[in-house]
Amino acid sequence: MKLLALLAVAVLVGLPWVVGSYLVTVMIFIFFYAYLGQAWNIVGGYAGQLSAGHAAFVGIGGYAAALLSARAGLSPWLGMWIGGALAAALGAVIGYLGFRFGLRGFYFVLLTVAFAEICRVVALNVDAVGGALGLYITFTGDPRQFQFQDNRVYYYIALVLMLAATALVWAIERHRFGAYLTAIRQDESACEALGVDTLRVKMLAMILSSFLTGIGGTFYAFYLFSLQPNAVFGIPLSVEIVIRPIVGGAGTVMGPLLGSFILSPLAEISRTYFAQGGWTGLHLIVYGVLLIAVVLFLPQGAYPALRRLVPRRPA
Amino acid sequence: MSLLEVSGLRKRFGGLVAVAGLDLSMTDGEMLGLIGPNGAGKTTVFNLLSGFLAPDGGEILFGGRSVVGLKPHEICRLGMARTFQIVRPFPQLSVLDNVKVAALARHPAMPAALEAARAVVERVGLGPRALSLASGLTLADRKRLELARALATEPALLLLDEVMAGLNATEIDAMVRLVSGINAGGISVLLIEHNMRAVMSLSHRIVVLSFGEKIAAGPPREVAADRRVIEAYLGEEYVHPAQA
Amino acid sequence: MDATLVGQGLLSGFLFGGVYSLMAVGLTLIFGVMRVVNFAHGDMMVWGMYMAWLLSVRAGIDPYVGFLVCAAGLFVLGFVIQRGLVERIVDAPHEMQILLMLGVALVLENAALVAFGPDPARVRSPVAQGTIWLGPIFVDVARLLTFALAMVLTAALWLFLTRTDLGRSMRAAADNPYGARVIGTDVRTVYAAAFGVGAACVGAAGALVSPILPFQPTSGLGLSVTSFNIVIIGGMGSLPGAFVAGILVSVAESMGAVFLSPSMKELVSFGLLIAILLFRPAGLFGKTAA
Repeated sequence: MKLLALLAVAVLVGLPWVVGSYLVTVMIFIFFYAYLGQAWNIVGGYAGQLSAGHAAFVGIGGYAAALLSARAGLSPWLGMWIGGALAAALGAVIGYLGFRFGLRGFYFVLLTVAFAEICRVVALNVDAVGGALGLYITFTGDPRQFQFQDNRVYYYIALVLMLAATALVWAIERHRFGAYLTAIRQDESACEALGVDTLRVKMLAMILSSFLTGIGGTFYAFYLFSLQPNAVFGIPLSVEIVIRPIVGGAGTVMGPLLGSFILSPLAEISRTYFAQGGWTGLHLIVYGVLLIAVVLFLPQGAYPALRRLVPRRPA
Repeated sequence: MSLLEVSGLRKRFGGLVAVAGLDLSMTDGEMLGLIGPNGAGKTTVFNLLSGFLAPDGGEILFGGRSVVGLKPHEICRLGMARTFQIVRPFPQLSVLDNVKVAALARHPAMPAALEAARAVVERVGLGPRALSLASGLTLADRKRLELARALATEPALLLLDEVMAGLNATEIDAMVRLVSGINAGGISVLLIEHNMRAVMSLSHRIVVLSFGEKIAAGPPREVAADRRVIEAYLGEEYVHPAQA
Repeated sequence: MDATLVGQGLLSGFLFGGVYSLMAVGLTLIFGVMRVVNFAHGDMMVWGMYMAWLLSVRAGIDPYVGFLVCAAGLFVLGFVIQRGLVERIVDAPHEMQILLMLGVALVLENAALVAFGPDPARVRSPVAQGTIWLGPIFVDVARLLTFALAMVLTAALWLFLTRTDLGRSMRAAADNPYGARVIGTDVRTVYAAAFGVGAACVGAAGALVSPILPFQPTSGLGLSVTSFNIVIIGGMGSLPGAFVAGILVSVAESMGAVFLSPSMKELVSFGLLIAILLFRPAGLFGKTAA
């Protein structure tokens, strides 16, 4: 298994040198959304706290880094961490309000949506942060400003992000924190009776998840060179974040990766081939159908189902 | 210093008084049976002791220290563990992993927790099914699992809520032996039970609750003959004139 | 602050509240009976709007007549969704149900996008033209008619739930699903009908709103969130709650538009939502969670 993983990584590392720029771009999106999905996975998959407002963290991270760069001349390499911290702060607020007040399931989902929407409306209306036009980042191609002429640098950054997040989740799974998360997802009260400080564990998961997502926001901002409130705080982005781990397998290490490798190409194909013919949104219909299919037939996601197909070697 | 000292414990839900000024005490190593007709407030007492409910009044001293207002996980860490009347296994985890979650409270490192969990799993007799998924267990095994999890937190006091409910005669005998062994090993036990044979044979002392009030307390034989107890369970007609 | 402006805001908020109420009543019915949170509620409303648009543009039917067809069409959709999809996961953990309805929402919203395009649409109602003046305040005939019909529908729903067998079965199933099964109620049909009725409500609401406001496929999300706001404020599962909260939220939004700015009015409802979620999640009329 380890050998397979190493091989896969080697292939991915070498890929940009053998394929064209378009494919590199597609891969960047695969890696980036896998990264965001993995970050979400910590609190949404493992801890089972469904958040449909994770875009808020992307937005805050992106806006913070972009504003710090444009207004204070701070390199995004540093601004990234501040953006992450701010996102984590919001995550802490949402988490505390939700968990302390015992909001579960649907109510928690709605809380996360409410906060994301508030961020969106505020960003849309406050001219100081760009208002409805959003923020634009002037292209300088300067690596110290997190800008690169060569697409391939972004590729490797995205790849590192994805691998790092995956390694983190892998480590969490084998640590007490991970065992607690999985147990909390199944029965919180039973956990409390067994000495687990569920509030603290959930808060940690939420803060870690939002921090990582916030860092992703910086990548988003400096890869796309623009931040639009509706795009970066909106529900469509939250859906993109959430759907990959769910289809791939929430609460598993490989889930977000598998989900992204399946869905991102799908989205790209539909966008490229159908957008012109007035079929915008087709890939979202596919998302919807997949979501329904997963819930009905593969509730644990694609990865656990695939694992069952491969006969296990006796321990 | 007594292990558990409860005084004047009160709890009401709207108009219903669930626990009305309960006094209770336990010494180290004791096995105390808590019995009473349905709705007497027994599980409410457990919820109050273990921190799942906040009392309206009264004091709970565990090892000399007040635990009123503490959260359930803090009380567990202090050494009071409980089981649930309707068992709550983690359905998607194996027996071993279920117990491992509990063991992590005392052994933060995974390997140590696994070892401790394995020992407890063997102790309760679930060794052969250690790797089975909890959702596939029989009721008797689920009760053992519930007990194992609580045990794995290495408590000084174990609160068992109707751990025999739903078991057949053979399973009950096995459970009685298990609980007896646990108590013999030094862990104090407070058990809620409807199975009279089990409670009578296991308990050093018994407390009887009815409508939230303690109506009798003492050694099993004494309590069984107490007319108020018989009245509470079976009604006035059953009080034998000789006992009146 | 100009009193006329405030008065105008109050009136139009109140009238629009009729639609909000109808929308919310549908959602709370679905939740009350089946404990299902219909994330596709707003998108169903959008389909109600587009159906009214189709009827108007293709068949020349006025939306104030066509809304009945829209209601019927959405009833079928709701029935099918419950019977075909939701029923299958009745025993699954709640997250699954949320994700399922999210999937349905995605499909509905983007099917509308593909079918009708992203540009805003409007429906003309030849019947409801003109304005009525009440002193310094004016009201569109259209808004008045929308409000009146929404009230009529809500009253009809109330009668349905209290006077008909099916309606009473729904309320019984809402109060005690197990008991309802025990006495032999065909719970599956009752559930499907309840979803259908809830969808019909919001479909009708959509049709009734279509002459008043422009709409587009992406409106669905905002309408869903607004519906949830209202239902939570009123109390999940409480029909009177949904009704009252609908008018309340509409007036609050209207006042938000008057006193803050039109684009910030959403902040008012979100702020209200968060406050209710934290301090009184049972809502104004809700029963405390089981």
